[in-house]
Amino acid sequence: MNIEDIGFETINLGHGSGGELTRNLLDKVIFKTFSNPFLDQKHDGSIVKFNGKIAISTDSFVITPIFFKGGNIGELAVYGTVNDVAMCGAIPKYLSLAFIIEEGLKVSEFIKVVESIKKAADESEVLIITGDTKVVERGKGDKIFINTTGFGEMHPNADISVQNIKEGDKILVNGFIAQHGMAIMSEREGLEFESTLESDSTNLNFLVKDLLDQFGKKIKLFRDPTRGGLGTVLHEIANDISKGVNLKEVNIPLEKQVSAACEMLGLDPMYVANEGVFIVVVDPSIETEVLVLMRNHEKGKNAAVVGEITNEHPNKVVMESLIGGKRIVSPLVGEQLPRIC
Amino acid sequence: MKYLSEYRNFEATKKVLDEIHNITTREWNIMEICGGQTHGLVKNGILELLPEKIRMIHGPGCPVCVTPLNLIDKAIELLEQGVIVCSFGDMIRVPGSKKSLLEAKAVGGDLRILYSPIEAVSIAKKNPDKEVVFFAVGFETTAPANALSVLHAEKEGISNYSILASHVLVPPAMEAILDDELCTIDAFLGAGHVCAIMGIQEYYPLVEKYKIPIIITGFEPLDLVQGIYMAVKQLEEGRFELENQYARIVKEHGNKSAIDVIQKVFAIGDREWRGIGEIPNSGYVIKKAYIKYDAEVKFNIEHIKVPENSDCIAGEILRGIKKPNQCDQFGKKCKPANPLGAPMVSSEGACAAYYHFSTNLTD
Repeated sequence: MNIEDIGFETINLGHGSGGELTRNLLDKVIFKTFSNPFLDQKHDGSIVKFNGKIAISTDSFVITPIFFKGGNIGELAVYGTVNDVAMCGAIPKYLSLAFIIEEGLKVSEFIKVVESIKKAADESEVLIITGDTKVVERGKGDKIFINTTGFGEMHPNADISVQNIKEGDKILVNGFIAQHGMAIMSEREGLEFESTLESDSTNLNFLVKDLLDQFGKKIKLFRDPTRGGLGTVLHEIANDISKGVNLKEVNIPLEKQVSAACEMLGLDPMYVANEGVFIVVVDPSIETEVLVLMRNHEKGKNAAVVGEITNEHPNKVVMESLIGGKRIVSPLVGEQLPRIC
Repeated sequence: MKYLSEYRNFEATKKVLDEIHNITTREWNIMEICGGQTHGLVKNGILELLPEKIRMIHGPGCPVCVTPLNLIDKAIELLEQGVIVCSFGDMIRVPGSKKSLLEAKAVGGDLRILYSPIEAVSIAKKNPDKEVVFFAVGFETTAPANALSVLHAEKEGISNYSILASHVLVPPAMEAILDDELCTIDAFLGAGHVCAIMGIQEYYPLVEKYKIPIIITGFEPLDLVQGIYMAVKQLEEGRFELENQYARIVKEHGNKSAIDVIQKVFAIGDREWRGIGEIPNSGYVIKKAYIKYDAEVKFNIEHIKVPENSDCIAGEILRGIKKPNQCDQFGKKCKPANPLGAPMVSSEGACAAYYHFSTNLTD
């Protein structure tokens, strides 16, 4: 997309007024990029047909900085919601897309975000079918906020529910944890450090579909440990089912550079945010097959079995440390804070 | 990175733990001075792997925990005056008498979380029309960087930068603990990183005066169990010596350049310790020559004084008289999300370490 064709360089309040300027922005950027039969109706909403049950999930994206190593807010807004729908055991089909833009945002940056949304949506095989654009005064936002809502058709074999989880079930993750959070951290003001860390932001829907195609009801649960990290999500699961979780630190996939960055900043990777990571709880009879399938998939190359469900210590996640000691993994309280020394 | 795998090695650590079990014949109370060591002990589950006869007592070496309530209120006062306050991360959730820095930020205070005070000087340079204060807390470990920030501001002619300093020193605190009549400590694990700066010379007199083993110890699991082993061995053999387990980092005379910078900016003076009270000659105060970088003087906030929360037994925790789970409020009124005192906030605080990691918790 060419900025000259668009005719303005900066987004101002007028672009959210609903008048000529709004139409201009929508036609030249949004409709042009996302054109599809649903959106092209240019109606207040979209009418779509589903077969059977659907899964719906919504999420707002307020990340700063909006461009970071390995991604930007646009693709995050697609992948995040696509993954949330997939975690329900569904096949994501459609997304709504709503922007809240702070006046003064450069059109070039907006276009970069929009193009990235398009690319991520194509990769995930979802269509943007409805949306909204608002502009707020300078200082009332942080460049751009994005909300997406995802709609997906339930996979016919899926029976995803915490209630299906039993003692002995195995817990797997699809790859290295804490990459996204540490990549963002490395670019925050005052915390910058040199690294080649990149966000792992990606879509997980095809790996989820493959798992459901093959193992169906033996898959008990999918969850993506985004904010709060692996530790917080496992704690939530333990609480939801009134059972315990046993983990082994040695089995948690952690890339060396991420581990070093966490050490340096005094952060625990168990609580650092992820984007392209999910955990799956499975019947112990399929543990090895699931692991093999995941490791053979592009999005699960570093998959590992990290723990199992136990009746021993209800509501608690207990991790065996590298040296064989045990500790409780409690949920994250507030934001993880860098230590003094 | 080499040290991460080498000093977290299961076999090596187990071998030392087995040795500790073999040589322990009596009950011994060992205090680890530094909060980082407490964190390491609890996070790695080492406490449970030790013989029952070895009781680890968690010392006062958490900078956040010993920073008096007054200082937090002073930092909040600065925020409310429109000053940009820069702080290390774990300081911001510690409750002051009315609110925490984080709460003061939520209602409009300009609070920045940084890893380095030098960054605060850059912020001052970028914002010449604003005052910028770095909340300079910590032990000897963080003092060089804080002192350096003052020298840096002086060199660059930056006049809108100052520090709210609350530096405390380890040896006087150890002495105060040993002088307490309730003290039951048989040996210390000395704070490795403090000694990396200061060296180990100032601990010889303590060993002699109190006839107590002091082992300067690192923070990784293998460091910690080695330090404990060295302490138990001395105790069982009836020796009391200064030993350096952390020799890969800690040198006899420390880091001379760092000490020079500290001595240029700071002088030794009396300091108040949260929960313990004032200990003579236990901290750094800004020298007269650099008084214009002292935020307390610059903003006339020296007078702010508030009493400690009476429900919080931080003083007893920090002196090792009580364990966190022996506090009536532990896990009830006082939790990391709603801490009554600093030891429940900092990840190095004994109460938070117990709350987050210990498997012996009651619900």
